[in-house]
Amino acid sequence: MTFRARHLLGIEHLSPEDIRTVLDLAESYVSLNRRTIKHSDALAGMTQINMFFEPSTRTQASFELAGKRLGADVMNMGVAQSSVKKGETLIDTALTLNAMHPDLLVVRHPASGAAELLAQKVNCAVINAGDGRHEHPTQALLDALTIRRKKGRIQRLTIAICGDIAHSRVARSNLILLGKMENRVRLIAPPTLMPAGAADLGCEVYHDMREGLRDADVVMMLRLQKERMDGGFIPSEREYYHRYGLDAEKLKLARPDAIVMHPGPMNRGVEIDGELADDINRSVIQEQVEMGVAVRMACLDLLARNLRADRGRQAAGEMA
Amino acid sequence: MTILFTNARLIDPESLTESHGDLLVRDGAIVAVGQVEPPSDAEVIDCGGKCLAPGIVDLGVKIGEPGERHKESFRSAGLAAAAGGVTTIIARPDTTPAIDTPETLEFVTRRAAESSPVRIRHMAALTKGREGREMTELGFLIDAGAVAFTDSDRVVTDTKVLSRALTYARAMEALVIGHPQEPGLSRGASATSGKFASLRGLPAVSPMAERIGIDRDLGLVEMTGCRYHFDQITTARALPPLQRAKANGLKVTAGTSIHHLTLNEFDVGDYRTFFKLTPPLRSEDDRQAVVQAVADGLIDVICSMHTPLDEESKRLPFEDALSGAVGLETMLPAAMRLYHSGDLTIPQLFRAMSLNPARILGLPQGRLSQGAPADLVLFDPDQPFVLDRFSLRSKCKNTPFDGHRMEGRVLGTWVGGHRVFTPED
Repeated sequence: MTFRARHLLGIEHLSPEDIRTVLDLAESYVSLNRRTIKHSDALAGMTQINMFFEPSTRTQASFELAGKRLGADVMNMGVAQSSVKKGETLIDTALTLNAMHPDLLVVRHPASGAAELLAQKVNCAVINAGDGRHEHPTQALLDALTIRRKKGRIQRLTIAICGDIAHSRVARSNLILLGKMENRVRLIAPPTLMPAGAADLGCEVYHDMREGLRDADVVMMLRLQKERMDGGFIPSEREYYHRYGLDAEKLKLARPDAIVMHPGPMNRGVEIDGELADDINRSVIQEQVEMGVAVRMACLDLLARNLRADRGRQAAGEMA
Repeated sequence: MTILFTNARLIDPESLTESHGDLLVRDGAIVAVGQVEPPSDAEVIDCGGKCLAPGIVDLGVKIGEPGERHKESFRSAGLAAAAGGVTTIIARPDTTPAIDTPETLEFVTRRAAESSPVRIRHMAALTKGREGREMTELGFLIDAGAVAFTDSDRVVTDTKVLSRALTYARAMEALVIGHPQEPGLSRGASATSGKFASLRGLPAVSPMAERIGIDRDLGLVEMTGCRYHFDQITTARALPPLQRAKANGLKVTAGTSIHHLTLNEFDVGDYRTFFKLTPPLRSEDDRQAVVQAVADGLIDVICSMHTPLDEESKRLPFEDALSGAVGLETMLPAAMRLYHSGDLTIPQLFRAMSLNPARILGLPQGRLSQGAPADLVLFDPDQPFVLDRFSLRSKCKNTPFDGHRMEGRVLGTWVGGHRVFTPED
């Protein structure tokens, strides 16, 4: 087993070996989660704080469940009741919490790089649960686990990521992970939602969805934020759906066994046809949610092991 | 149906030459040019040595549908066009409401097809309501037949909005048409700054406003790679940046209006509002520079910028009067002024009035060669007449050429091999 990292800030810092380690451990948690008694003591006695500076339902619930199933004491700190509203800076909030000796800090923040900044200031393990438009590593890992279980491998696949690539941390983490695992990654978006220099990131860039979907094994749809729908980046919802919305007809261009993924929450009729999203033969959107809990348990577990080992070494150093 | 035009002065804007010969039309298309053996079934038209040229493709015509049909309908505009040798009208979207949705575009397309004797193609607005805030449904509008996107004389001042629209348009290989102008500088102006405006006491704009506009737009074109056309270049100082942009390989083209080629600021005289245009008429030096740019091919297109305005909008103090002039019917004789003055040859004029606009818009018209649609104009470049504005077929009579001595008369106009105009006398 590898995975020696102290924090999980982004896929960028992980090796293919690290990724495999997380996925393998997550498999065992998938089985645990399907039992009636879903409990382990991996984090017994440890404190996990979920700091969400952006509204979130599924990611926050997923991290909370993951921590609780591993036996940690979990505290949720929403933005609404936090002292950030009273003008406290991010670092001051972090130092205040740090003084309470948490072991695991799960952070979501609207600014890119916020998780990294926190990690420099606290002496617990930090998990990035999404920072601005930078990274969302646990989403990429849960997507990888879903793909591996459905396709039997996570190499040499053609994976089309379609939608608002420019503003998506999910897309960034996924294209880094899938690239590290030697897949062919295609990005499909209107030019206004395609990041500059996308072609230099090792991906194939498509503005025509039909071309981009051809012979894909996996189609990953991204959420289009409401504030980007009208006139700013795209002309209208209906034109977007016509050109970049996934429906059964466009999906025919992909491989016949292609799976459809979406990180949620979905805009039915904007980026994906409602019926297709519910099609149990193609859509793996519910599995993604299930894998999410298992992957987060694996991440928390691995970071807790490294934290204990670090502290053990420190204590040994002090004794000597 | 087969028509043989004999004894014609054939104007070929592709090779920039003219020659004496015949032209054979079958089933709406040109099938032979030069010396043609007359087929037995052909209707023969003796051109009497007069000019036969590809019909004019007029890029940027205002028609009052929807909203202002009392000023111009598709029918009246089509009749005026046919009488002026214009065989394809490229209609502007600055109507009321603006043509900014596929539904409106489908409506005007159907109306135009029902009522106009000449071809009408439509442009659509680049931003919703031409308000410069949100781009229109470019994809749906292209599917509905939009040939280009423009907010007409309104400048999209928010560069972020414009850059996103150009980026989106680029992916669809759409053509965007812009009006080069710095709207802050030109606000409230009704003349070009200089001696004339000062003498008359008119609020004026420096020609530099056009240069600043073209510089900004070229920056965005370089950034996005979009195909871009400047609707009207009217000043000498806007020409060097245009030349540099073309030399650097940007996909940029430019037009100018027939009025800016044939009139200057002094023609306004005693506050004659029929000479109030957007942009305002320029100095004689600017006019000459722009004529030379058309001869050199730096300016690609001559258009009429046909803008019908009723008497009430013009019978006002100069500053309060609306800007614009009709031009569909007077464009060809006005262009002949440039031929008679020795500035431009007739093939050069038709390169700018027919061939280039068709090429820029990706239309098959504008050529006098085998396979091209038989959209033709037969005219006598020398026949003199005095223009009476009330003889115009347009519903509005706001022409600056009223009472002017003109040379050049249209003798016949054909669209797809069908005759759509015959002179009354």
